[in-house]
Amino acid sequence: MFSLEGITNSIQNWLYQTFEPWFALTMECLIVILLAISLFAILGLVLVLMERKVAAHIQIRLGPNRVGPGGMFQTVADTIKLLMKEGLTPDAADKFLFNLAPFVVMIVAMLLLAPIAFAKGFQIWDINIGVLFISAVSSLSVIGILMAGWASNNKYSLLGAMRSGAQIVSYELSAGLSVLSIVVLTGSLRLSDIIASQENGWWLLKGHIPVIISFVIFLIAVTAETNRAPFDMAEAESELTAGFHTEYSGMRFALFFLAEYINIFIVCAIGATLFLGGWMPFHIGHWDGFNHIMDFIPSSIWFMGKTFFLIFLIMWFRWTFPRLRIDQLLELEWKYLLPISLFNLVLVTVMAIMGWHF
Amino acid sequence: MFLKEYISDVYRGVSSLLKGMRKTGYYFFHPKEIVTEQYPDNRATLHLSERFRGEVIMLHDENNEHACTGCTACELACPNGTIKIITKFDISPEGKKKKAIDTFIYHLELCTMCNLCIEACPTNAIKMAQNFEHSVYDRSKLTKKLNHEGSKIREGVE
Repeated sequence: MFSLEGITNSIQNWLYQTFEPWFALTMECLIVILLAISLFAILGLVLVLMERKVAAHIQIRLGPNRVGPGGMFQTVADTIKLLMKEGLTPDAADKFLFNLAPFVVMIVAMLLLAPIAFAKGFQIWDINIGVLFISAVSSLSVIGILMAGWASNNKYSLLGAMRSGAQIVSYELSAGLSVLSIVVLTGSLRLSDIIASQENGWWLLKGHIPVIISFVIFLIAVTAETNRAPFDMAEAESELTAGFHTEYSGMRFALFFLAEYINIFIVCAIGATLFLGGWMPFHIGHWDGFNHIMDFIPSSIWFMGKTFFLIFLIMWFRWTFPRLRIDQLLELEWKYLLPISLFNLVLVTVMAIMGWHF
Repeated sequence: MFLKEYISDVYRGVSSLLKGMRKTGYYFFHPKEIVTEQYPDNRATLHLSERFRGEVIMLHDENNEHACTGCTACELACPNGTIKIITKFDISPEGKKKKAIDTFIYHLELCTMCNLCIEACPTNAIKMAQNFEHSVYDRSKLTKKLNHEGSKIREGVE
């Protein structure tokens, strides 16, 4: 049966048998870097195309359909166009920070890739504080955005960056609290433990209503954290031209654009890991026959399927819901999501102590 | 009381959002609802909606007769001078003089397709057609004569 774990293990064994340990480790690092970068490139192309197609079909349009079969190479053409363009730096900008900001945003997205389990035994770094690492690093991306907004020396950019700061700092709270409810149920911050605890059913299904509530809150909060509509205050095309990346052009703009989509993928991967069981196949309690059939589908396909389902859900949000004003945005967080998720966390804790979940 | 209002607020908000998602989800999973026309490819089967306005035309029947009496109601109704009617006097067999059109000039380049001339016409002599491929290399080609060569007014139209 196809499994990524077997491939990685055989590569590791071969490397350590053939070379010195330090050289083998360096080779492994290089392979991981190569994989991460190619994953980023492919995801950028696929997700932008998916977004445009989903948007088109929701708005009863066709979407891109001229470049390649069914418009498949539209995003490749767009990327080549962006690569060809001049990367302009404004005269009055803070040159160092201006050029650094897109890379900070990208590097934060790359760091988040480390603890995610893409398939059974296919994980870059299985740290024992995985969930904490994720929530700590994901709030770092605001630094890149603030840097871009400040260095552009443009009032629209600065306004967009400040809004983004307010937004990410506030929504980080309810995202963290909803993630905590799963940590409470599992009793571990390690992502592989969380996945293993869902062997007899995903938390979304066996955690009753409180977990469903925290799943919904998680979805809302990560939509806000990735600065997507209906929470796209940081970009706000209609009032701030393009928010924090108004002054960026060419490849640096493409990096911001790519980072947005990578972030969507990562938060959806985390959501899939915590609530939908990551690479764990769909298992129901003790139905051994059924569980055995489900095991035949490779774990990487399970993970990607769940992640792309969540990405589709977030795109569906974007093209359906009306945008919020900045004060309504903060009101939603502080008056609704935070109290509800605090109360919900108490419910989940009681449930975990009494053992009421399946 | 406050708590009750709070909960009903949340409930109403969530249910209205779900209603919206149901509608857009329906559109996503029903591709036959798509309204996009792939225009240059499907020129033959192009579907235009009924009320689409492309240009003003004058209706002529098989005897090359139209219903325009030359009353200039359309010319007066037009907000930007798109229509210019040149009239003449026909002599009827009984020797009576009767007003009739000589030339119905229509400046397509000025027309905003507002439909006011069609509404003003008392005899339904003109109507909006759906042809929209009006590109020409010379502006003077957009000034059109709507009544055909040698046409005359239909019997019985006053």
